[in-house]
Amino acid sequence: MALPNKPLGELPAIANPEIVEHKVDVLIVGGGMAACGCAFEIKKWAPADLKIQLVDKASMERSGAVAQGLSAINTYIGDNPIENYVKMVRNDLMGVVREDLIYDLGRHVDESVKLFEEWGLPIWKLDADGNNLDGAAPAPTLREGGKPVRTGKWQIMINGESYKCIVAEAAKTALGTENIMERIFIVKLLLDKNKPNTVAGAVGFSTRENKVHVFTAKAILCVCGGAVNIFRPRSTGEGKGRAWYPVWNAGSTYTMCAQVGATLTMMENRFTPARFKDGYGPVGAWFLLFKAKVQNGLGEFYANSDSVKAELSKFMPYGASAVTPTCLRNHLMLNELKEGRGPIYMATDVALNAFLDDRRAKGMDEKDVKKFWKHLESEAWEDFLDMSVGQAGLWAGMNIEPEKVGSEIMPTEPYMLGSHSGCCGIWTSGPNEDWVPTVNGPRSHQYKWGYNRMTTVDGLFTAGDGVGASGHKFSSGSHAEGRICAKQMVKYCRDNSHTPELGQSAADLAAEIYAPVRRYLEHVGKTTAADVNPNYCKPAGIMMRLMKATDEYGGGVATYYMTSGKLLNICLDLLRMLREDAELMAAGDLHELMRAWENYHRIWCVETHIRHIEFRKESRYPGFYYRSDYPTCDDANWKAFVNSTFDPATKEWKCEKVECINIVETEPWI
Amino acid sequence: MPSFVDPSKCDGCKGGDKTACMYICPNDLMVLNKEEMRAYNQEPDACWECYSCVKICPQGAIAVRGYNDFVPMGGLVHPMRSADSIMWTIKFRNGNMKRFKFPVRTTAEGAANGYVGQTGSNLDDEKLLLEKDLPTPKK
Repeated sequence: MALPNKPLGELPAIANPEIVEHKVDVLIVGGGMAACGCAFEIKKWAPADLKIQLVDKASMERSGAVAQGLSAINTYIGDNPIENYVKMVRNDLMGVVREDLIYDLGRHVDESVKLFEEWGLPIWKLDADGNNLDGAAPAPTLREGGKPVRTGKWQIMINGESYKCIVAEAAKTALGTENIMERIFIVKLLLDKNKPNTVAGAVGFSTRENKVHVFTAKAILCVCGGAVNIFRPRSTGEGKGRAWYPVWNAGSTYTMCAQVGATLTMMENRFTPARFKDGYGPVGAWFLLFKAKVQNGLGEFYANSDSVKAELSKFMPYGASAVTPTCLRNHLMLNELKEGRGPIYMATDVALNAFLDDRRAKGMDEKDVKKFWKHLESEAWEDFLDMSVGQAGLWAGMNIEPEKVGSEIMPTEPYMLGSHSGCCGIWTSGPNEDWVPTVNGPRSHQYKWGYNRMTTVDGLFTAGDGVGASGHKFSSGSHAEGRICAKQMVKYCRDNSHTPELGQSAADLAAEIYAPVRRYLEHVGKTTAADVNPNYCKPAGIMMRLMKATDEYGGGVATYYMTSGKLLNICLDLLRMLREDAELMAAGDLHELMRAWENYHRIWCVETHIRHIEFRKESRYPGFYYRSDYPTCDDANWKAFVNSTFDPATKEWKCEKVECINIVETEPWI
Repeated sequence: MPSFVDPSKCDGCKGGDKTACMYICPNDLMVLNKEEMRAYNQEPDACWECYSCVKICPQGAIAVRGYNDFVPMGGLVHPMRSADSIMWTIKFRNGNMKRFKFPVRTTAEGAANGYVGQTGSNLDDEKLLLEKDLPTPKK
C-alpha cells in the first residue's frame, strides 16, 4: 500500500484552476428558502434585459435548512393580528428586536404559504367535526378559506417531506434553469473599486471541477443560512453530523457580509434548542399538538410549580407571558439539571394515553379507539420522519415506542441563526414607509435607508437567517423575505446606473481562493502521512480546535453555557491565533477546499459572537448563555441593540449600543 | 446515521457525469469512485442523515446505519418515495416492525406554477406579486 501522503478525495485539486468571469446585474448567493423566494419573485419586477444569476453550494432541490423536509410551517398569521405576532416575537427574544422588520414580514408571509400549497405542498386541514385531515385529503385550500391544523397560535401542520423540492421547483421555473449554477461555493464578497461602501461582486469555486468563478454584480443577495458546528457538539464522533440545524451552514452569510463592512446586530444572540437527546428530533408538535409535558428525574411536572413561577418573576415582563420565552424555558430546565433533578423527560406516554382515555371517556368503543390510535401514532412518527429521520432511527435502535415510555430531552450545543428562535444577523433597512422610525446618525443607528432589507453596504441585501433582530420567520418567513429582497434589488438596479468594477484581479482572487491547495501540494510530501504535517493544518483539525475553544471559554455545554469577561477574552485570544493559523489550512481535494473555506467562515462568525457577548455587560438570554460577572437581564442599561461593524480598510471592529424603538403598543406588553 | 452504499446494487449511475447521490447530497458527501464504478460517503461524521441520497438512488442501493456513538445496532429506518407519497419501514432492534405512509405532494412533478410572464405594476411600493393593499401597524 502507498504511503498515506497523497490526496484522498475523488476530485483532486490542482494548483492553477481555470478562471471563469461572469458579469451580471443581480447575484443571488444561496439556494435555500430565502433564495428560492427571491428567485420566484424577481422576474415579476425585473426588466427583460436584467441579468440575474443564482449560485448554490449544493443542489436547490435539497439545499438549505429545509433539505430534509419539515413537519410544520411555523409562521402563518392567518386570522391573528400582525401586531400580536410582533408581540410574541418581541417577548420570546427578550425585548430587543426590530419591530418594523417583524411586522413587515408578518404582512407578507401568508402569501408564501398559500403559494406553497398551490404548488403542491400538502397542508393539514380541520374537517367540519374538528378532526385532522392530512394534506392530500380533499378540502378547501387556504386561499379558499380552508382551516389549517394549528399547533399553538402561529404554527400549522404539513406533510412536508418534499417541502424544499416543491419550493425549489417553482423557483427554478420562475428564474429559468439557465440562470442557476449549482455546486459553486461563494466564499467572498467584493467591494467596488470606485464607489465607497458598495458591493461589486463575489468570488467562489466549483466543488466539482477545478474552476474559480468571479462574478461582477450590482446587487447581491447573500443568503447562506446560519452557523453550525461552531461549539463543541454533545456528540463528537459520527454523531457530530446529527446537528440540530443543517450541518452544512457554516456562518458564511455573517462572515461574508461582515468582511465587506456590513453592520451586524445582536450577534450575542444564539439558539440552544432543547430537543430529544442525541437524535435532536423536534419537540414543538409534542408540546403543542400532543400536549405533552416535561418531567424531571423525580417524576415532577415542574413547569407550573411555585418555585418556577418565582423564578420567572425575576425576568419581567418577559417571564409573565402565557408562553414562556424559549431561553427561559431552557433556564428552568438547566436549573433542574444543575440541582441534580435530571434527567428531563418528555412524557410522551402520558400525553398519548391521555388522548385515548379522553376518547374512551366520551364513549368511543375499543374498535374506534384502536383506529384513532393508528392515526395518532402515525402523526407522532411523521413528525420525525418528515424532518429528523435520525430521531426515528434512534427510537428504532433503542426500542422506544412513545406510547409506552417517555424520551429524554436536553438543551443542545449553541447555534447561530436569525430565522428560528434566535435573532443574530445583519442590520438591515426596514421598509421605506412613514410608520418605520426615522433616526438620525449613521446607517448603523437608522431603521431605514431607502431599500428594504439592504444591509449598510450599498447593493448588498440579505434575508432569512441573514437579517438580524427579527427571529421567528422560519421557513415561510425566510421565503417571504427573499421575495421582499427581489423587488428591492430590482429597484436598486433601476436607481443606480453605475457599472460595478472590482478592485482585485481575477488571477489574484483565484490565487487567494486556492491558497490551501497550493500549500497542500507544496508540503504534502514532507511527512509520510498527509494529516500530520508541521507546515499546515487540516480543516477538520481547525474545526475541532474552534469548537473546543468556544465550548470551554465561550459558554458551551461544558460549562452549562456559563462564561465571563475573563473567559471571553481568553476565547478571543484563542480565536485570534486560530484565525492566523487558518491562513495555514491545506486542502488536497475539492471537498476539503470547501471545508477549509467553511471553517474560515466559522471562525469569523464565532469571533463576532464572542465579541458581542463580551460587549454586552448583562445576561440577556438566560438559558442560552450566562455571564457570571453580569448574571442578570438588565433592562435599565441594556434594552438596546449591540451593533458591530468591521472596517475593511483599517481592519478594525467597532461595537456600539443602538436604541431599540417599540412600534407596537407596549401596554399590554403581550 | 451515516449513509452507506451496497456495492451489489450500486452501478455508479452507469458512468454518467454525476451519480444521483452526488447530485443531491446537500453536504457534498457522496462521491463516485470511477475505477470501481461505485459511490460512497466520503465523510460519515458530517452526514445529517437527511436521507436525500437514500430517497433518490435509482437502484435502492443506499441505506443508513445509526451513528455509532449513540444508536444501538439492529434498527433500520428506510423509505420508498414515489411522486406523491412516501412509505417508511421502521424495524426496531427487537425485531418489531412499523410502516407509515404519508403524502408528499398534491400536484404532478413539474407542475409548480412559476407565474412566468406575470409582472407587478409599481416598483416603488412594498406590494409583492398577488398582494393587495398592505396594512400598517396600529399604534
